[in-house]
Amino acid sequence: MAQVVAVSSDVLAFTGGETRFEVAADTVRRLILALDERFPGLGDLIERRVAIAIDGEIHRNAWGAALRPDSEVVLIDRIGGG
Amino acid sequence: MTDVIDKPKQDGPDLKVVGTRPVRPDGVDKVTGRAAFGADYRLPGMLTGRILRSPHPHARIVSIDTTKAKALAGVKAVVTAADFPDLDSEEYEAGESAADIRDLSLNVMARHKVLYDGHAVAAVAATSASVAEEALGLIEVVYEVLPHVTDVVEAMSPTAPLLHEGMITQGVTPPPTRPSNIAKRFASQRGDLEAGFAAAEVVIEDSFTTQAVHQGYIEPHACVATMTEDGQSVVWSSSQGQFMVRTYCAKLLGLEVADVRVIPAEIGGGFGGKTTVYLEPVALALSRISGAPVKLVMSRDEVFRATGPTSGTAITVKIGATRDGRFTAAQVELKYQAGAFPGSPAGAAVMTALACYDLENFSIIGWDVVTNTPKVAAYRAPGAPMVAFAVEGVIDELARNLGIDPIAIRELNGVRDGMKASYGPTFRNIGFQETLQAAREHPHYSAPLAPGEGRGVAAGFWFNVGGESTAALHLNEDGSAVVVTGSPDIGGSRASMAMMAAEVLGVGADRVRPVVADTASIGFSMLTGGSRTTFATGMAVTQAAQKVVESLKARAAMTWETGAEHVAWENGQAICLDPAKDVKALSLAELAANAARTGGPISAEVSLNAQGAGPGFGVHICDVAIDRETGHVAITRYTAVQDVGRAIHPAYVEGQIQGGAAQGIGWALNEEYVFGDDGRMQNSGFLDYRMPVASDLPMIEAVMVEVPNPRHPFGAKGVGEVPIVPPLAAVANAVRGALGFRMAHLPLSPPKVRAALDRSG
Amino acid sequence: MSKVHIRARVNGDPVEFLAEQGMTLLDALRDELGLTGAKEGCGSGDCGACSIMVDERLVCSCLMLAPEAEGRRIETIEGMARDGGLHPLQRKFLEHAALQCGFCTPGLLVAAKALLDQNPDPTETETRFWLAGNLCRCTGYDKVIRAVMDAAAELRQAHSA
Repeated sequence: MAQVVAVSSDVLAFTGGETRFEVAADTVRRLILALDERFPGLGDLIERRVAIAIDGEIHRNAWGAALRPDSEVVLIDRIGGG
Repeated sequence: MTDVIDKPKQDGPDLKVVGTRPVRPDGVDKVTGRAAFGADYRLPGMLTGRILRSPHPHARIVSIDTTKAKALAGVKAVVTAADFPDLDSEEYEAGESAADIRDLSLNVMARHKVLYDGHAVAAVAATSASVAEEALGLIEVVYEVLPHVTDVVEAMSPTAPLLHEGMITQGVTPPPTRPSNIAKRFASQRGDLEAGFAAAEVVIEDSFTTQAVHQGYIEPHACVATMTEDGQSVVWSSSQGQFMVRTYCAKLLGLEVADVRVIPAEIGGGFGGKTTVYLEPVALALSRISGAPVKLVMSRDEVFRATGPTSGTAITVKIGATRDGRFTAAQVELKYQAGAFPGSPAGAAVMTALACYDLENFSIIGWDVVTNTPKVAAYRAPGAPMVAFAVEGVIDELARNLGIDPIAIRELNGVRDGMKASYGPTFRNIGFQETLQAAREHPHYSAPLAPGEGRGVAAGFWFNVGGESTAALHLNEDGSAVVVTGSPDIGGSRASMAMMAAEVLGVGADRVRPVVADTASIGFSMLTGGSRTTFATGMAVTQAAQKVVESLKARAAMTWETGAEHVAWENGQAICLDPAKDVKALSLAELAANAARTGGPISAEVSLNAQGAGPGFGVHICDVAIDRETGHVAITRYTAVQDVGRAIHPAYVEGQIQGGAAQGIGWALNEEYVFGDDGRMQNSGFLDYRMPVASDLPMIEAVMVEVPNPRHPFGAKGVGEVPIVPPLAAVANAVRGALGFRMAHLPLSPPKVRAALDRSG
Repeated sequence: MSKVHIRARVNGDPVEFLAEQGMTLLDALRDELGLTGAKEGCGSGDCGACSIMVDERLVCSCLMLAPEAEGRRIETIEGMARDGGLHPLQRKFLEHAALQCGFCTPGLLVAAKALLDQNPDPTETETRFWLAGNLCRCTGYDKVIRAVMDAAAELRQAHSA
């Protein structure tokens, strides 16, 4: 079970403030589908606005990225740049 | 394919090209005037376009009558919003961060309402500039002028004039029932704020403001566009991303993406400001009607009034600490001006505000607020410099109050590997402590100050990003190579692309020539921004070069009639490891010459979505001398230390650091948008919008710390954003040292310093 | 509006062109003569990207009208490299990485050459004040100043040799 922490304000607005979830998923794709099942519509939000940090590395649009059972997964707002 | 090379090459000694300083491949074109920027293109039959802009900061468009303009001899097209599709709101990702496509469309050409002085309302194309200008004067626009608001704090008032009547603040539960100018609330917290402040022995709180400032690229926006009767379009333009321009043009005009080809011109500076479109869709709309190519070039006045500055801000910071300097709690509230449409960098500001520090208890609230000012655009580390100005200012006061050295207090509280960043994830392979140490040990830090001078220190953070990039490497018949990318070269990235390819091939950098290709000639690449190009596009280049090397090894094996496992690639040649063969090494040129016989042309293309960009940290040291008669602040010495991962071309890394520092110094000392009571910008030229000139600055010493990023083949981290984060605070902290009191409102321009001196007696 | 016929010398060569009365010399160089090395950054003489030499004087070509060029000797960035080789200033700009985007570079080079033509041994301060009319947003000027000082040293050496 990946330990998921939500930091993104957008995500928190969706989860009613809930910040920690355990999700059975071994890829980012599975993680997004599982979260969407729990909070319908959250998947779409993640695809548009959220980056996923896995063990400290920020991923964006990376369905294939692997999650280990003990992975630290953090949902943060996407970053652009100059 | 997602990703990366897992085995980073981290050791310096065996790198032959990376880390050297060759002359950039596009250099001669740029010192001889040959390089073609956006305004340098000319096509047969080309028309000149001009844009009519609102003189009001806020008004309803009652009517636009273009009859007389259209009737003028030489006028070939006039467009208004009616000539563009009325798009629905839709978040759309076009290369970097999501933008609302309706807002973008309304910013390019106002419909129903104008929202800032300079907002485009119509455009003409004519056979000459003078006819186009005359035609603008014949367009009759009837406005119903509305009350306006340009200041971020005033815009948050419940009585402020509303820009968007239906806008309900996002991120607030329950949602407000009444509309306001507050687009969104961001929040981030950890621990127990009250307990944290209760544990503090010293608490410092202060409020800061910064003004809107412009990216200030010297090249105004420019493009040429042409569209045929069947909708096929070509755009030549200066931007940070030809694919971004293609996507937005297709969306805003309702075209197939395949029908739009964008050819990147050389770009005369962007700094984030050229990550969106202003002119290209208008030029295409004019070409659609006129049937001729149309050139649009902004004046400097238009650049200031109608393109993206970054936010003016109001920020309050409160930090508590124990007597020995350990931070116990921090509270930050920041208000960021978005301009006419939502989307200030308040969210990024919330994430970066405390990212340098290890804090158990904090709360950060951010507000994204619309105002009757041009829609903000990204500017180098968007959102971070302003909040760093505030946070680093309060930390400076804490250090002074506690009698602790300002670098020591940052070393004590600064983040390290394994700590959780304030924005969530755990830090890995960061170099903040190394950067602080290098600053502390730098001779500048221990150099004595002249009487009356002040010294300031400040730190800064930026995430850096990766993302989608494509690169192709083609080996030529003489063993030279061409590397093709879709990433515009703003500050020398062609050089680093060629160098990374050359390193892998084992040849000199001048044997590899880099090309920035148009949208029809290379696979998709996100725009150049967020300090992603050397990292992400560099990764694609490196992998393409590795594929070519694999192909070369296979061809050598074929030549020697042995297995590929018996071939090694060293110093640009294939070496046979098969003990049964007594053969000479095969050079790159020999293998290239035999390409046809060994399987055909030797090329590789790699498309990837690079993940794992490493965050960067910087620490700046600034000395100032203040003329107490005039209030003029002179920067007498400046040192910028930064963790760069691994410098591919150190001279251009230093250049990024020096340029970012100079922009930050301008922001701190003189630059600001000045709005009159009429809501119009009063200083829309380089005489009155005062950017640093050569005589304003000393040499800027750039010190590179190298803590490699294991996710990049050579260890590179993004370097372009970080250096603009610390200077606002470094300068202000130095001024604090020199004056003996803090000035918390930028810019620290002579009249403000003079007035502050008068008040202080 | 009838156009004015103008004759001048540009980079040593005689040129003739027609220009509207109100056309700037910068626009004439760029649009009538195809010399796009001089750039328009501001149109108000504040950025120096359009710097050229007119009868050995450094001017912002955006502030001069094309008809005023009649009979003048004009030097632009396109004339700086001679006999197939770069001018030492151009070479030093490349060696010192004194340009990033390159948009202000032609103007900076023309202005720097004007400085060295009249002061072969400028101090750093003199160089900074001379170039204060040329805005560069990319480099922070550090490498620009180093390149100009280094080129000055090389030119002095070549001169005394």
